[in-house]
Amino acid sequence: MRFPRLALLSLLLMLTACASEQNDPYPKAERGKNILYSAFTDRPKHLDPVQSYSEDEITFTAQIYEPPLQYHYLKRPYTLIPATSESVPVPRYYDAEGRELPADAPAAEIARSVYDIRIRPGIRYQPHPAFATDGKGQPVYGDLDAGKLHGIDAIADFAVTGSRELVADDYIYQIKRLAHPRLHSPIFSMMGERIIGLRELGSTLREADRELPPGAWLDLDRFSLAGVSRLDRYTYRIELRGKYPQFPYWLAMPFFAPVPREVDRFYSMPGMAEKNLTLDWYPVGTGPFMLTRNDPNSRMVLERNPNFHGETYPCVGEPGDAAAGLLDDCGKALPFIDKAVFSREKEAIPYWNKFLQGYYDASGISSDSFDQAVRLGVGGDVRLTDEMREKGIRLLTSVRPSVFYMGFNMLDPVVGGLSEQATKLRQALSIAIDQEEFISIFMNGRGIAATSPLPPGIFGYLEGEAGSNPVVYDWVDGRPRRKSIEEAKKLLAEAGWPNGRNARTGEPLVLNLDTTSGGMGEKSRLDWLTRQFAKLDIQLVVRSTDFNRFQEKIRKGAVQLYYLGWNADYPDPENFLFLLDGTDGKVAVGGENASNYVNPEYDRLFERMKNMESDGPRGAERLAIIREAIALLQHDAPWIFGFHPKSYTLGHSWLHNRKSTDVGNNILKYQRIDVAGRERLRQQWNEPVLWPLLAAVLLLVAVILPAAVGYRRRERGTAR
Amino acid sequence: MAFLPVILWSDVLIWLLFATAAIFGWLSVRNPLWRTAWQRVGRSRAGMASATVLVVFVGVGLLDSIHYRPRLEEAAASAASGTSRQPPAYAVEVLSVLDAILTPLRTRNEKTYSEPLATRAYAKESIESRGADGQLQQSRDYPRLKHGGAHLGTDETQRDADIGQRLLRALALATLLWWALAAATAAGLARAESCTHEEAWRRIWHNESDFAWNAVLATIGVLLLVVLPLAALSFNYHVFGTDKVGQDVFYQVLKSVRTALVIGLVTTLVTLPLAIFLGVLAGYFRGWVDDLIQYLYTTLSSIPGVLLIAAAVLMMQVLIDNHPQWFATAAERADLRLLALCFILGVTSWTGLCRLLRGETLKLRELEYIQAAQAFGVADLRIIGRHILPNLMHIVIIALVMDFSSLVLAEAVLSYVGIGVDPTMISFGTMINNARMELAREPMVWWSLAAAFVFMFTLVLAANLLADAVRDAFDPRIAGSA
Amino acid sequence: MLAYLVRRLLYALPILIGVNVITFALFFVVNTPDDMARMQLGVKRVTPEAIDKWKAQRGYDKPLFINDAASGSAVFTDTIFFSKSARMFAGDFGRAEDGRDIAREITSRMGPSLAIALPTFVLGLLVTVSFALMLTFFRASYLDFWGVVLCVAMMSISGLFYIIGGQFLISKLWKLVPISGYGSGLDAWKFVILPVLIGVISGIGSSTRWYRTIFLEEISRDYVRTARAKGLSELVVLFRHVLRNAMIPILTGVVVVIPLLFMGSLLTESFFGIPGLGSYTIDAINAQDFAVVRAMVFIGSVLYIVGLILTDLSYTFVDPRIRFN
Repeated sequence: MRFPRLALLSLLLMLTACASEQNDPYPKAERGKNILYSAFTDRPKHLDPVQSYSEDEITFTAQIYEPPLQYHYLKRPYTLIPATSESVPVPRYYDAEGRELPADAPAAEIARSVYDIRIRPGIRYQPHPAFATDGKGQPVYGDLDAGKLHGIDAIADFAVTGSRELVADDYIYQIKRLAHPRLHSPIFSMMGERIIGLRELGSTLREADRELPPGAWLDLDRFSLAGVSRLDRYTYRIELRGKYPQFPYWLAMPFFAPVPREVDRFYSMPGMAEKNLTLDWYPVGTGPFMLTRNDPNSRMVLERNPNFHGETYPCVGEPGDAAAGLLDDCGKALPFIDKAVFSREKEAIPYWNKFLQGYYDASGISSDSFDQAVRLGVGGDVRLTDEMREKGIRLLTSVRPSVFYMGFNMLDPVVGGLSEQATKLRQALSIAIDQEEFISIFMNGRGIAATSPLPPGIFGYLEGEAGSNPVVYDWVDGRPRRKSIEEAKKLLAEAGWPNGRNARTGEPLVLNLDTTSGGMGEKSRLDWLTRQFAKLDIQLVVRSTDFNRFQEKIRKGAVQLYYLGWNADYPDPENFLFLLDGTDGKVAVGGENASNYVNPEYDRLFERMKNMESDGPRGAERLAIIREAIALLQHDAPWIFGFHPKSYTLGHSWLHNRKSTDVGNNILKYQRIDVAGRERLRQQWNEPVLWPLLAAVLLLVAVILPAAVGYRRRERGTAR
Repeated sequence: MAFLPVILWSDVLIWLLFATAAIFGWLSVRNPLWRTAWQRVGRSRAGMASATVLVVFVGVGLLDSIHYRPRLEEAAASAASGTSRQPPAYAVEVLSVLDAILTPLRTRNEKTYSEPLATRAYAKESIESRGADGQLQQSRDYPRLKHGGAHLGTDETQRDADIGQRLLRALALATLLWWALAAATAAGLARAESCTHEEAWRRIWHNESDFAWNAVLATIGVLLLVVLPLAALSFNYHVFGTDKVGQDVFYQVLKSVRTALVIGLVTTLVTLPLAIFLGVLAGYFRGWVDDLIQYLYTTLSSIPGVLLIAAAVLMMQVLIDNHPQWFATAAERADLRLLALCFILGVTSWTGLCRLLRGETLKLRELEYIQAAQAFGVADLRIIGRHILPNLMHIVIIALVMDFSSLVLAEAVLSYVGIGVDPTMISFGTMINNARMELAREPMVWWSLAAAFVFMFTLVLAANLLADAVRDAFDPRIAGSA
Repeated sequence: MLAYLVRRLLYALPILIGVNVITFALFFVVNTPDDMARMQLGVKRVTPEAIDKWKAQRGYDKPLFINDAASGSAVFTDTIFFSKSARMFAGDFGRAEDGRDIAREITSRMGPSLAIALPTFVLGLLVTVSFALMLTFFRASYLDFWGVVLCVAMMSISGLFYIIGGQFLISKLWKLVPISGYGSGLDAWKFVILPVLIGVISGIGSSTRWYRTIFLEEISRDYVRTARAKGLSELVVLFRHVLRNAMIPILTGVVVVIPLLFMGSLLTESFFGIPGLGSYTIDAINAQDFAVVRAMVFIGSVLYIVGLILTDLSYTFVDPRIRFN
């Protein structure tokens, strides 16, 4: 019997091979190393700091590039602190004649704001071939072409690398790159309004680019930018038109990170772009990490920058931070980890399973795996399930600085306009659509119902009764209670639509909602919405389209209701309230006010509020203005305020110093990993189940055996 | 009128297909060659059993293909104030006869997930109640379902007994019905073959009649045993549980049947004319016509199918989005998208059949009697109509039944990729797409996926078995040897 | 033979042009260049100027097919269609809309696609052919009957269920292999097992049945009867005669597929997170990246045509009586 013995042997082999962690998705060589494992869903498109804007990209760029400022890792509300600069710059104001004004001068008088930014000396770039110089100080790779690039497919293939000190010119060069004719910076037109001379530089560069042969390097140092100047080797000055107190927030984004001229030159040599050797693909920075492997289809690897200037872990934080162990590493040198591996994970199920198996150190929770991880306790407090706590998993929550809403098109004859009838119709709908139920069904409670555009944590958001929306909620027993559907029906009747019928013609009220299609659970979501409208006997027609078509409809004002969300650029109320600024209407000027809401009173308040600082003597005044503006919005109801999503992150017990932050993104340097603990638990959690293999073999035998027997019988039969 | 009939395009096509099938059946009876072929199908037990199952599915699909918009109730306020007569207004929601029959299933929505036959929800929730002292009290429990087992009242322990009772009653009824049916069949057969009842009974069960009555009766028996208990339970419980927004899963699988049928059948309306016309043309006329048609189908079939479908579906979507005025209701939009999908699937799948028909025609036109007809100067069209087309019919029928199941399977995959039916339309694909995330939940939500699996599997399996029977009966090579 | 090949390749040219026209027409009915620009530039803070700039830079500001403003041959050449399509015939696929070189991307993604598709194909062929041979050997017995029933049942299950079920059981419950992902080099083996296994199993139903029909047809021929009459054992008859003669119909179905293996499988790759050409295609469709879609369609068509030619060639090896004329 040769056959069964062979099968037995192979079975034995398989069993020995399956000792443990057969399902480890990483190479064996990486076990036991100080590596952080994480995942990303959508591939980053741009890593060039001029172009990258999306969240998928900032996960990487924030670790590599260092703009002059950053957010404090622990403090809340979010506070700006220096990153490469010596201090957070304080603007000086000048009027039209060039006279300096005091800091509290009225915004109307200010013609120019001047920011002087001084960076610390001694900061060095990551090793990179663009910096490599020969004995005479000339670049080693100064005149590459397609021929010389033969055999070079990645940045790591260049033999020589170099580094150099960070200087103010690098920051200036990057600001000029915002106007680069071949790059598309999302903030160019907006900054063109602010930074003096940037718009003009844009047109000059466009002209100059036209004269160059295609693909040739455009040396930005040949052109000057009026509003940005170098004061000395380490100091540069930015001049803005008017007053713009939100500008320092921009200085914490990669748009204002340094890009050295030699790097720009290096990447624009002929033959580089054909090999994907671009800044978009291989970023160069002074940050704690550098990108060593860029394979956005499967793996991105960040490694510790050996030239990092050094930084220490913060020693102060929010009140609860010390108890949470977030201050334990106070004063220790950053970063803690040697390497971070990001794997691409498009599907939610594998992502979640790998996290549970210990192969990702932290994970968000999708709506579907929520029940497994989290229990909403009595009184709405959130606790992890026992299963999770046994594994030592910790939960981090925070409300994201974003808002989701259903907007009315204020130009629409039925739902739009500030007439009392239309307003009442909108108010009735605001009551009828039960956001709390939405959050509990579709988001497992991972969000809080919005009462205004401002999410918690943003200046102007108030807790308790003062922050409630009196149009939609009653304040009962110390908490908000959504008004009853009867009240909504009454409002609807007053609006001229008793029982969803036009009071005069008897026509039923049919409303059209535009959404973008795609995404999970789409159908159930729409069914739910239809039911909400049906509560008021209003017929809802949902028109889902693809995103481009949706945008186009909004631009043309061809919608009645629409669904949208907004993610803040920076934690300031201006960044939310401008979405309803009447002078920025979508249809009128192509602005961001997709509802085309125009209320002169609101515009006046917004105009006053936006140029004020939240801290300092006029903070209280600003708060009062914001509350007044919000009260107007609540009454006019141009939006049905949806919810502010909460982000729930789970971290394994071996991951330390994790605090959820939604504004600062350069968090990787603070993370610490207990490698030994991870090894132990991973092994414990990933014992393979082997009996199915045995069963499969038995099944195979069970199939083959009758066949073999049958064959013998038949052979014998024919022989006879 | 209490309702406004709505005629969707897919309804028209479905009923058209139904009529065509009827006419074809009548023609088949008159054509001796086809009649014997169909009789061969009738003798196949597997074929007839699956045909019985398919009839049930088609019945559900046809019921779901008569649409109307219910009339809205008169606004009470204005009626009281005595204003002038309002014009009747109709809901924007389009219902079908099936929806009307299944009204309890359609409207009895829970809040969210519940297990099959459950009386309580699947996840615990904080429940608030006012205690005796007027204080708010909170507790955490599985909340009682609004509709599932609502007739039990507070006495939930009675559930098992209640279900058992209903099951028993349904089973008894099923047995009774089946005996009646079987007896009637025997009586009918006895009259047709002029023999005694006992003899007819014996013939049925000993496989001695010309029709696989035993298979049909056995299948009907099984169907009755499944359908009646389901029906008996479904009006008071959620037999297959509820989904994320609390909709009855049983209702959804029933609605999916029509989508699958439309995809599987209407597509052939596009495929057949194209394939037959071009295939015969190419094979009969040869020369440049042949070259041109060959070029056309080689080009089309060399484009990767999914890419072609994706591009075309996106294109239709744009067309639909740009013309919202074409559609009075969301159902009409979804319907057009469904038809577009059928059309596109048809365009991508006619090439194979066309190639087959071309080859067969090439062979046929060399036959002596056709050569003779040509020599006598009979018009080409007449030759094609009289001699060539009838001889191609077996290929067409085989292709038709074989394609059905693959189209139903294709729909699921396409909807999963996002280029299938409209997301608001219930189909097996959208159900699977929504349900596959639920497997990762803990505790696992398995019933949506399981229900979709069972129904889809049954439908496709029946279609495949019938296709086999039809092929065996019509394929001259196989039929000759059998 | 060489003349035949050259002629076949020349035939391919008009087909490829036709393919290009069709994809081009379909895509630009769906997408105006404005849409593409907006898709690529993202959502926030997009201005009309930025869109114009994007279009001009990538040559999407020209007319689609016919340029009325130009003169001479430029009427046809100075258009989006010509400038984007002509270069493909020279093997230059250009860059994706996000600026990356498509040809490079394709070469780097071919490996993972093949690593899944090739084993699936070879193993699948082996398993199904031997299973079909077994059924043929036991024809008209209970083994055959239940085998066919099993096949029909297996082909009635949607491919989605195989993948969902396989991932759930093998990776989640039994923790035997990683649930998804891909590794380079030798590390790839443990990622490949599951997709290949599922691919093979999901293909068993229909292929086995198809091969069984072919074998049965072959076995009823006269030469088989003669061979058996000579006293050859059933196994010898099956392998030496039936299998060889059944090669032609098998080849017709199989050889066409081989070149298309490069394209990878859309479903498998997106479920298992394999960075191959299939997931590249899906991503491109979702991102409305016309350059990539066009390149993939082009490559797909070329591979299909290559497959057709290969099929013809393979006939001569199997059956020397077939000659080209």
